[in-house]
Amino acid sequence: MTSRPAVRYLLQAFNLTIFMALIAAFSAGPTVKQLEDGLAVVTLAFGHAGEPVRACHVRTAEELAALAPNMRAPLDCPRERSVIKVELLMDGKTILDLTIPPPGTFKDQGVDVYQNVEVPVGRHEFTVRMNDNALVDGYTYTNSYTADLAPAQLLFIDFNQRIGGFTFN
Amino acid sequence: MKLSANPIKRGYLYLEEWFNLSFGKEWNPLYHLGPLTFFFFWIALISGLYLYIFFNTTVDQAHASLEAIVHGHVLGIGSLMRSLHRYASDAAIITIMLHVFREFSLDRYRGTRWYSWFTGIPTLWMVVLLGITGYWMVWDELALYVSMGASHLLDALPIFSDSMARNFLPGNLSDRFSTLLAFLHLLGQPMFLIFMLWFHVRRLTHVEVTAPKGLAIGCLIALTALSIYMPALSHPPVNLSKVPTEIHLDWFYLNIFPLLQYWSPGEIWLLVAGVTTFMLFMPWLPKKNEGIPAIVDLEHCNGCAQCVVDCPFDAISLQARTDGAKWENEVIVQPELCAACGICTGSCPSSSPFRKMTEDGSLKTGIDMPELPLDKFKQQTDDALAKLAGDNRIIVFGCGHGYDIDAFSAPNVATVHLFCTGMMPASLAEYALKNGADGVVVSGCRSGDCYYRFGNHWLDLRIQGKRMPAIRSRVDKERIKILGGAEIDGKKLHKQLDLFRQSLVQKTATPSVTTAKEVNHD
Repeated sequence: MTSRPAVRYLLQAFNLTIFMALIAAFSAGPTVKQLEDGLAVVTLAFGHAGEPVRACHVRTAEELAALAPNMRAPLDCPRERSVIKVELLMDGKTILDLTIPPPGTFKDQGVDVYQNVEVPVGRHEFTVRMNDNALVDGYTYTNSYTADLAPAQLLFIDFNQRIGGFTFN
Repeated sequence: MKLSANPIKRGYLYLEEWFNLSFGKEWNPLYHLGPLTFFFFWIALISGLYLYIFFNTTVDQAHASLEAIVHGHVLGIGSLMRSLHRYASDAAIITIMLHVFREFSLDRYRGTRWYSWFTGIPTLWMVVLLGITGYWMVWDELALYVSMGASHLLDALPIFSDSMARNFLPGNLSDRFSTLLAFLHLLGQPMFLIFMLWFHVRRLTHVEVTAPKGLAIGCLIALTALSIYMPALSHPPVNLSKVPTEIHLDWFYLNIFPLLQYWSPGEIWLLVAGVTTFMLFMPWLPKKNEGIPAIVDLEHCNGCAQCVVDCPFDAISLQARTDGAKWENEVIVQPELCAACGICTGSCPSSSPFRKMTEDGSLKTGIDMPELPLDKFKQQTDDALAKLAGDNRIIVFGCGHGYDIDAFSAPNVATVHLFCTGMMPASLAEYALKNGADGVVVSGCRSGDCYYRFGNHWLDLRIQGKRMPAIRSRVDKERIKILGGAEIDGKKLHKQLDLFRQSLVQKTATPSVTTAKEVNHD
């Protein structure tokens, strides 16, 4: 089927306009709303390996003699790491409670934590505490912080064993 | 009129017809989706090179340098280039998706074509990844949204020992990652994409990579107009102490990320892996049997290589002669690549109904189709000619993928079915005219849209005398009509057949004095 050149050019312009309208409609929209109004975000993110599940054992002379010469290490330490238990409280109420077993075939890997919690804006007291040692009852690391959160503000809670535990950013 | 039972195919054919009406067959974008995608890629490449000259890839300066390009360059060139870069990339996704839809709806992805489909799926993913890294480089709120989303997805895979998402939290961001991104987006991914595209078209011949000039100019004007009317803009710069709340997403590239609000990364990977696996194996759901591949008869082949040139699927190649004949080469068929279209038979100079029969009384040629050899369809032509009665007798040769030619049947119209009109030697038309037909109609796929890529095009050129083996110049070409149409084009095709019949009536009334006029094709 053929049509007159002028009509064809008009139809081409129409089709190209539809094509461009499609691009315009989806190249920067519809808008995605990631966070509702009146909310802020607390992010708890860190990497940490728990302590060994039991204390190292000092081998006796008999035990060492029973081993091959190249295997006679004086200490017998377990590979398996403790389960990481983390709790985040806001104004005394628990808003995050995690129990993370160590990954790996021999359960000897470090744990990666990345959790977002949406919280109402305003002044809140946050407490984060963690147990990373199966030999210890209660928490091995604890820290608290009071923040006045603005809408969409991000409060980042990190953990660094070398500087003593949890930090609030 | 016999309608396709497949509503998807019917829908596609109407869309194609609409574009034929608007752009004509030569410029129909649906016939040039690959070259159009290449054209958009070139626009993105050139505009991207312009941006890269002025762009600072560091985390601190990326956003500011892009803003300086967009708002500071004379005559708005920077803004135009940035917008063309984005919109041409978006346009490429639309043409790629139309390409996928077209091949699916016309059933051009199974059988020997599995390879192009199979290699096309990872190529599509590479295009999407290229777009994602592009948005990442800007280091605006959208980039942060993309980086967090991508990190969560990657963290769900057992690839990295440490969490990647933590890199995008306050105090952790470094320029090393932005350098890696710049390398990926500017060099690594484009190079890999070109490599994948080479694989994608590896089993095709005569690959078209240049869009028709008029269509390309039209698209460039449209993209420029859109860029001026609605310039592409950045989000505010990254602020790591603030969560981006409203994201103006490019849904062509970033559509997977909003799912993270509802699904876990593992579920999203499952979806992606499921869809990808399903698409990869679609050519075997169910498998298509192409028919028995072409066979070479060395006794009748002189290794002229016309079939090697004409084969649309690179299934025929040359090798040194093995039978001791005086010719230098012979042709061989790779059965796994052969679509059994028969185009090689039509291109073989030995395929002539005027040829002397062999001792066993059969007509032989250099390369033939076991399921419908030249001898058989010459016999079918003879049978059809014998059936013709009355005035203005027409014989119709039709392919298996266009309009159903049996709908033309009448006492003075007989039909012969072929796999593809390209398998018909042009000399068969002359043979029919000499043996009782007043007119010959060849009814194939829509012009420019052969199911086997080039069948109707090669035959058209042979009838016009522009491609070997061509029809002899003394044949009255006004008695040959080439029709092109799909299942939904019955009304138009019947009208064209009636007009052709009327022209034959007029020719009978006033005998033509010319013998070699321009071929009469629509």
